[in-house]
Amino acid sequence: MMNERRSAVVAGHGRFAEGIISAVAQVMGEGHGLVAVTNADRTPEGIEQSIREALERTGSTVLFTDLPAGSCTFAGARLARSIPGLQVITGVSLPMLLSYVAGGALEKVIEQAQAGIRLLGGEG
Amino acid sequence: MTLELLRIDDRLIHGQVVVGWGQPCEIGFFVLVDDAIAAAEWEQELYCMGTPPEMAIEFVTVEQAVRQLAQYQADSRVGMLLTGDIETMDRLTAAAPSLRQVTIGGLHMRPGRVQRMRYVFLSPEEEARLRAMVARGLSVVAQDVPSAPVTSLDEVLRGDGSA
Repeated sequence: MMNERRSAVVAGHGRFAEGIISAVAQVMGEGHGLVAVTNADRTPEGIEQSIREALERTGSTVLFTDLPAGSCTFAGARLARSIPGLQVITGVSLPMLLSYVAGGALEKVIEQAQAGIRLLGGEG
Repeated sequence: MTLELLRIDDRLIHGQVVVGWGQPCEIGFFVLVDDAIAAAEWEQELYCMGTPPEMAIEFVTVEQAVRQLAQYQADSRVGMLLTGDIETMDRLTAAAPSLRQVTIGGLHMRPGRVQRMRYVFLSPEEEARLRAMVARGLSVVAQDVPSAPVTSLDEVLRGDGSA
């Protein structure tokens, strides 16, 4: 049985968003509601426009971005001033997206993603 | 120390600037020259939020930047000055002739612009303004990240976006 899968927009540098969404599909199968936006070649206004269109297309008010000081995050923060309820989560990772698509509450999704960062090996 | 780089970039402070230049060059402060942002507190907060605490940001108008230039040049930290468009950098360098070199770091696709490099799109008016800046004695080059080659304005304007 499939869990409820939620939609969101993922925005980042180069082909980051497309790539991380393909990784979600590999783990959880197709049918998720994630849409990729790239900042490549775009002005800040162009990035905002692309994210706005993607949000409208998915009907979502959740935006994941890759880098805290990145142009997609700034675009999201600007959009949050005009789109009621828009939530922007920066520093997206695969565990974070998987947890979100699987239906986790946003606070829990962030908590789990943070807890999932570990350093293995390196002893001796 | 001095202002390490005067950069024209429509994204102003972002990943390439903070991580790409900021970390290897140990940038200690940014001077963001933009008349609109200098008056928009919420937008200043946005840029501060995304920038590591060891990198300070000064938000100034062109006039303020010209007035405070000597102070930036004398700062013991490494600095980078940014404008979001050619027109602002043109006004600044015209008023401050001690500034000798300007680097185009990113001007992206917009109606009326033609692609000249992977990260440089220019309108005919912008090209004319850059040529005028060179005629005034400035060196104008393009370089998006420190590991990329420095490209002269002549080469930029001969480009078709394939490089």
